[in-house]
Amino acid sequence: MSFDWIKIPQALLTVFVVFNFGLLLNALIAKIAARVGRRQGIPIWQNYVDLIKNIGQRSLITHGVHFYLGPVFRLTGGVGLLLFVPTIYGSEMFSNLSFAGDLILALYFVFFGTLGMALGAAESGHPYSAIGVSRGLSQVTAAELPFALAVFAVALQYQTLSVTDIVAAQQGGILHWTLFTNPLAVAAAMLSFLGSMMRPPFDVVLAPQEIPIGPPTEYHSSYLALLQTNRAIFPIAKIVIYMNLFFGGAASWPVFALKVFLIYMVSVFVGVVFPRFRVEQSIRWFLIWAVPLGVLAILWV
Amino acid sequence: MKEELQKRVVKGPDGVEFEVEPLRDYYCEALPQVERPAYAQIIEDLFNWARSESIWILGFGTGCGAIEMRPLMTPRFDAYRYGIQWRPTPRQANLFVISGYLSVKTLKRVIRSYEQMQNPKYVVGLGSCTINGGMYFDSYNTIKRLDQYLPVDLYITGCMPRPEALLAGFLDLKKLIRAGKADGANHYAENFAWYKANQKQVIQDWDMPDYNW
Repeated sequence: MSFDWIKIPQALLTVFVVFNFGLLLNALIAKIAARVGRRQGIPIWQNYVDLIKNIGQRSLITHGVHFYLGPVFRLTGGVGLLLFVPTIYGSEMFSNLSFAGDLILALYFVFFGTLGMALGAAESGHPYSAIGVSRGLSQVTAAELPFALAVFAVALQYQTLSVTDIVAAQQGGILHWTLFTNPLAVAAAMLSFLGSMMRPPFDVVLAPQEIPIGPPTEYHSSYLALLQTNRAIFPIAKIVIYMNLFFGGAASWPVFALKVFLIYMVSVFVGVVFPRFRVEQSIRWFLIWAVPLGVLAILWV
Repeated sequence: MKEELQKRVVKGPDGVEFEVEPLRDYYCEALPQVERPAYAQIIEDLFNWARSESIWILGFGTGCGAIEMRPLMTPRFDAYRYGIQWRPTPRQANLFVISGYLSVKTLKRVIRSYEQMQNPKYVVGLGSCTINGGMYFDSYNTIKRLDQYLPVDLYITGCMPRPEALLAGFLDLKKLIRAGKADGANHYAENFAWYKANQKQVIQDWDMPDYNW
């Protein structure tokens, strides 16, 4: 089997584009939220400044090896997720390192960052970190279940585990999207999506005003910069998967930007309307409302 | 020393006995280091600019003046547009606003929080109480001059200063940071013995190591 080495710099270029897009998108959403509250809000480049500031901190302390590895694993989860999924459909340059079974790998990478963070947060020894991460693991586990069911339904529907093939099968008009050919799977996956975006009603992991910020309580300086980088990349990478599986993928960067923004706004809209769930409430909610939809989606296929 | 800080043997839930030495287990006793600017001037300028445009305040209201910080988050004053945010943990914060009078009991917590912040870090004294005791000038349990206990970069006078005064103060602090003059953390490390002596003079029940990160 031959490997095209040019794919590596091309994939890194995708990561770079998505990183900048993610930083700007996060700032834009913060700014929209501020405007809704009649504030001017942060400057659009604020996330870059925060990142440079955190890298520029002169001192940093460590709590041990896993404390180092936590943010590294977290970032690996985000970057890995992005690297193995085609970003732009039909573009040789931005198809990244996708291969025939990338859908299964993507499912693993979605979970990877949370597990890494569990190691790091536990090592930091702060009680709020331990509380936050135990909540995070239980909630992500519950939220992953409907997503996995939806992915299986989609894989059965198109008889493939390759994201590229799934996108190809949805081309030719909006009615070919999985959104219309298998609405139950999309509904289950979108409910799960809400659970993984760290926004209300499922933000009990970070829980501002309660367990100050949960897992990253002890993280500072460059560690925090890594986590911020992941915060820009991971949601976009996750949305890229959703876009590819359910919303027909994107054939160019403008379409990509529009679709990612709209999918992201789903979680933002839900977030501003509903108050925070406790962790056992959110698990129950996923099991009662999202999982049956996922099972139905598989039966329906 | 308090009883819970004594070295002792504890029996775990699984029946295994192990020794606990709270002062050594819960704290690190390494002393603060002076951390000079390490990079070329142009990079340090970039970092100083970033530090000045991204000030993260520790969300710790030490006195009544904290009530003047809340309006800064509201639409009327909106400090976020200047890159000012509030962080819940000292690890991630750069600016410690000592908001008003500081009782000796709070001073102990303030010192621990300040020492957990990472270099470079800044202290702003809010209100007259931090300069000369203000209306608590003859109180038995508040400190009178903040700069004897922590290196202060800037004072915002008034009792209370209005939120506008705070914003103006933060903008002045930005100029100091940008010029590289806000170097309180290194000042604290250099004059560590003097600061510690002052702190121990007022804090009677000193039950922590001299420095905890």
